[in-house]
Amino acid sequence: MSMRVLVACKRVIDYAVKVRVKPDKSGVVTEGVKHSMNPFDEIAVEEAVRMKESKVAGELIAVSCGPKQCQETLRTALAMGIDRAIHVEVSDADYANMQPFHVSKILAKVAQEEKADILLLGKQAIDDDCNQTGQMTAALLDWPQATFASAILKEGSDMLVTREVDGGLERIKVKVPAVITADLRLNEPRYATLPNIMKAKKKPLAKKPVSDFGVDLSPRHQVLSVEEPPVRKAGHKVETVEELVGKLKEAGVV
Amino acid sequence: MLRRQLQLTRLRVGVWHPSSRPFTHSRRVAVRAKPQDTSARFPHVKRGQFAEVTSEDVNMFRNILSKESKVLSSSDELDGYNTDWIGIAKGNSQLVLRPQTTKEVSACAQVLQLPPSCRRTPGGKHRVGILVCQAGCVLASLEDHLTDAELMMPIDLGSKGSCRIGGNVSTNAGGLRLLRYGSLHGSVLGVEAVLANGDIVDCLSTMRKDNTGYDMKQLFIGSEGTLGVVTAVSILCPVRPKSTQVAFLGCESFDMVQRILWQAKQMLSETLSAFEFLDAQSMTCNEENLGLKNPLKESPFYVLVEVSGSNSNHDEEKLNAFLQSVMDKSLVLDGTLATGISKIQELWQLRERITESLLADGYNYKYDISLPLTHYYDVVQVMRERLRDRVTRVVAYGHVGDGNLHLNVTTPQYSAEVAQLIEPFLYEYTSKCRGSISAEHGMGLMKNRYLHYSKSDAAIRLMRSVKTLMDPHGILNPYKTLPPDT
Repeated sequence: MSMRVLVACKRVIDYAVKVRVKPDKSGVVTEGVKHSMNPFDEIAVEEAVRMKESKVAGELIAVSCGPKQCQETLRTALAMGIDRAIHVEVSDADYANMQPFHVSKILAKVAQEEKADILLLGKQAIDDDCNQTGQMTAALLDWPQATFASAILKEGSDMLVTREVDGGLERIKVKVPAVITADLRLNEPRYATLPNIMKAKKKPLAKKPVSDFGVDLSPRHQVLSVEEPPVRKAGHKVETVEELVGKLKEAGVV
Repeated sequence: MLRRQLQLTRLRVGVWHPSSRPFTHSRRVAVRAKPQDTSARFPHVKRGQFAEVTSEDVNMFRNILSKESKVLSSSDELDGYNTDWIGIAKGNSQLVLRPQTTKEVSACAQVLQLPPSCRRTPGGKHRVGILVCQAGCVLASLEDHLTDAELMMPIDLGSKGSCRIGGNVSTNAGGLRLLRYGSLHGSVLGVEAVLANGDIVDCLSTMRKDNTGYDMKQLFIGSEGTLGVVTAVSILCPVRPKSTQVAFLGCESFDMVQRILWQAKQMLSETLSAFEFLDAQSMTCNEENLGLKNPLKESPFYVLVEVSGSNSNHDEEKLNAFLQSVMDKSLVLDGTLATGISKIQELWQLRERITESLLADGYNYKYDISLPLTHYYDVVQVMRERLRDRVTRVVAYGHVGDGNLHLNVTTPQYSAEVAQLIEPFLYEYTSKCRGSISAEHGMGLMKNRYLHYSKSDAAIRLMRSVKTLMDPHGILNPYKTLPPDT
């Protein structure tokens, strides 16, 4: 009995870009900066495609919340092998205030509407590093959660997930439906091949305004300022051991 | 923090694998061949009438040069300067000078007439798309500096992280962007150079058009430091494109590569910014020696097509039409497309890191020829037939869009037998096809005696007259570029 897998993806600033802070310290410069799919979400998409290839999953759906450009991210997911996509349209103004709390409410509704068996997403986004969306969505749905997955297997009607934790690897069994978040070592995402890139253009991409989901988008926290990390101060070179000891004493550390 | 973690894991090679796959990649430890002394590898080169460096000379330089300038004379400091990066040869220089200003370069040349070396001082100014900078600036730093002004350098090479613009100009470096932005003979607007007698020649024009007298700066571009030392450069910088996209395609035969090139020129036209190729053996070398991953299924040839421009929608439309066309015409076996920076960089690595991957085999016989496209790949098959199992591999890759082929042969150590099987056979072959025995790498020490394969006697005589005029004592980069006097 194959499952329906819903994969959530976020469009973020490409990790190879040199990020710059805006002069007014309200955030980072995003205008004209290259964006791409959050790398952990890419890993989630890859995992979903592999699940379909091994017949564990039947239908794959990708979802992304944000302005129009999210559709590029969804097309990438479709090119990798996802069957259809849903774009939850959010205005630029609302998107500026959007936080994991809002996203998790939307994802919970989408998961219910689509009758998903598994919600798969990256463990965190590389722009805010929140690591909250998967967990909050699971709580809202009252579904079990298996986070930081480095391996996912199906065992009977349950999922056997290996998690990367501080002490090493933890294997847990979760009942379906469940939320699973992908960690770095889960897989290595494929390059979308040309025929699939072309086919992706014809795959269904549904657009739904965020108002359809009845979620209150007012922000729960306010960013006070964003600053660059302090510039690294130059070090000192010393010629002798005595000099080193002298400098350490001056600095009051010996 | 996580972004850095991702950068490290993606750019590091063969490091992470899904737990279901055992770590089977054997990453070859680069055991580079120790280079032979130049006197042993190139026995025909005889030392000129030059004095030997003494401790008085060294002290004199320490007095002439400022405190920030460096005078290096101990053997471990000199090793790096004396050794060719590819490991072909090792010189025996006893002294390296690192002057900070053009005046210092001039003083060194004048007072003791010893070959000056490159400088390290950073700094460049740009205005209206023209950059003026000192010769010691690293190409990658200039590129970063220009990014804020939304400009870019007209050249790009694999060694951008360490090569200096003075060296690029002196060697007329070609690189990955020549297809779109032309050669340095066109994009360099001015040069400041120090002559052998210490004279400082200021041809540092910043005018796009300047037809006043003979264009002397052209003498310093590509003459490999044998006519003067380039100390400053003014260069025309194109506007940085807002959108870049790369397609990586696999195809059946070299004939297909040529047809794809033609399609690209027709359909992508002004948006085409790079067209590179590599063969299956180059890809294998990348996989075996660096653990890089082939994004496509195995193909005999791979082509990297880059488009860039001011409007991503416009470029994407053209690129998609091109890709649809090459697929419909069955010119490609497989392909992928990258629009995000990180993926674009990953694809470029497959082409830019081949040089590095070859070195891990041991010794690399490196050739760079220009050939008419119809003969382009034949020579590779001829060489494979000729060398058979005497060598580890014969690979070819290059700027096929410019007709430039980089042919490389590797063996675990240098073998005179292999070298003799390659040269002069390869040069004769190239000459017969009316190609160039050195498309962009120059002549140096390795190829100068073969200059006659690509230039007429009259031309070589004229070159010698110019050399004699500008450097009568032959102190500027001796033994290189022109054939030894018979």
